[in-house]
Amino acid sequence: MNRTGIFNVIYFFLYVIAQVLLFKRLVLFNTSFCFLYVAFILLLPVETNNLLLMVLAFLLGFTIDIFYDSLGIHALALVTVAYLRNYWLNTITPQGGYDNNSSPAVTNGVQWFLVYIVPMVFVHLALLFFVEAGGFGMFWFTMLKIMASLVFTVGVMLMLQFFSVPRS
Amino acid sequence: MDRLLNFVYQYRAFFTFLLLVLLCSWLIVENNQYQSTRYFNSSNRLAANIISFSQGVREYFSLRRINADLAEENAKLRSQLERYAAVDSMYTDTTRRFDFVSAKVINNSTQMFKNYITVNKGSAEGLRPGMAVISSKGAIGKVKSVSDHYAVLISMLNTDDQVSASIKRTGHFGTIQWDGMDARTINLNYIPRHVKPLVGDTIVTSGFNAVFPPDILIGVVTRANLKDESQFWEIKVELAQDFAKLSFVEVVRSFQKAEKDSLELSTTGQKK
Repeated sequence: MNRTGIFNVIYFFLYVIAQVLLFKRLVLFNTSFCFLYVAFILLLPVETNNLLLMVLAFLLGFTIDIFYDSLGIHALALVTVAYLRNYWLNTITPQGGYDNNSSPAVTNGVQWFLVYIVPMVFVHLALLFFVEAGGFGMFWFTMLKIMASLVFTVGVMLMLQFFSVPRS
Repeated sequence: MDRLLNFVYQYRAFFTFLLLVLLCSWLIVENNQYQSTRYFNSSNRLAANIISFSQGVREYFSLRRINADLAEENAKLRSQLERYAAVDSMYTDTTRRFDFVSAKVINNSTQMFKNYITVNKGSAEGLRPGMAVISSKGAIGKVKSVSDHYAVLISMLNTDDQVSASIKRTGHFGTIQWDGMDARTINLNYIPRHVKPLVGDTIVTSGFNAVFPPDILIGVVTRANLKDESQFWEIKVELAQDFAKLSFVEVVRSFQKAEKDSLELSTTGQKK
C-alpha cells in the first residue's frame, strides 16, 4: 500500500470519528444536518476503481449506520453516490483533463468543485431522508431538510478545502 | 455461457452496485422489524463505549440542570411517600405489578424521523425488548433491542411508534403517534367525533396494552380540530417531557404482561 492508501485509511477513521462525535450533535434549526463523511468518497483520487469505491462506501456507510441506529440507510445512500461518482467525474472533466493521481479539489476551480459536489451531496441527502421518512408522505418538509442540509454540508466541505489544500 | 459471463464482467460495476443496494435494502427492512436483539446498532460494545465517552464529556455542561431535575424528582417522591405512609395499609393490591430500573441516557436524537435512544443498562440488569420506558416527567418509549450492558429504545418521537393513550378527564382512549415534524408536539389519533376534548386536557397512557403502566403523563392538548367530513379529531399534544433534554429514564418491568397477553391470546385466539 502506498502513501496515499495509508493516508486514506486514516482519513476513513477520522471521518467516522468526526461524524459521530461532532457532526451528529451539530444540527441547526432542527433541520440542517452536516454529513461530512460523504467527502471521503468524493475526495478519493480520480482514477479510483468503481468497485473499490462502492465497497469502501458500503463499509463507511455501515459504520455510520451503527452509530445512527439506522441500519442500511446511510450505506444505501453512500453506495449510490460512489456508483455515480466516476460517471459524473467523466462528464465534467475540466479542460485538459485531470492531473495524474490527483484528487478532486478546489485547485481545479471553486466553480468546478461546486458543480462536482453539490449534485452528489444532493443525491446522498435525498436518498437518506426519503428512505428514512419511508416515502413521499412529508414531501415538502423532507425537501426543506434536504436543502438546509445541502447548504450546511457543502459549506463545511468547502471550508475544509480552503484550510487543507495548499493554494497554488 | 461465455457470453453471459462476459456480459456480467463488462457491467461488473453496475452488478456490484445492484448487489450492494439489495443488501442495504434488506438491512433496512430487517431493522424495521419492531423488536429484536441486534448486534449492529449503538448498543454494541465498541459503539456504546465511544458514545458513553462522548456523553461523559458533554455531561459536565449540563450538570446543573440534571441536578435540579433530580432534586425536583426527589421532592416529589418524598411527598408521595408521606402520602402513602399516612394512608398506611389502605391499599390491598398485594400483587406487585411493576418494577423500575433507572438508566442513564448516553445517546439521543430528536431531529430524525425515526429517533432512538441508547441507555447504559442492558440484559444483565433485566431489560428485555418490549419493555416500557418513562422518565420523571412522562412516557418515553419502548425497549427495541438489548446487549449485555446497553439497550436501544424506540423513542415516542419515532414515526413507527404507537402508544395507547387516553384523555384523563373523559376517559376516552386513542393512539399516540408522532408525525415527524416538531419534537415538542405529538398527535393523538382515533378520538371519535362525539368526544369533546378541550385545550389543556391531560393525556395519559391508557394501560390497555400492559406495556405502560396506566396513568403515566404524556402531555397536554394544545390544539383540537374537527374537520367536517372526518370521523376522528385531530389533536395536537404538547409533550410533558422535552426529549431534547433527556438525561435519566426508568425502564418499567411489567410482571403481568406475559399473563395478560396469554390470557388475551387464548380468549381472542389471534395474535395482537
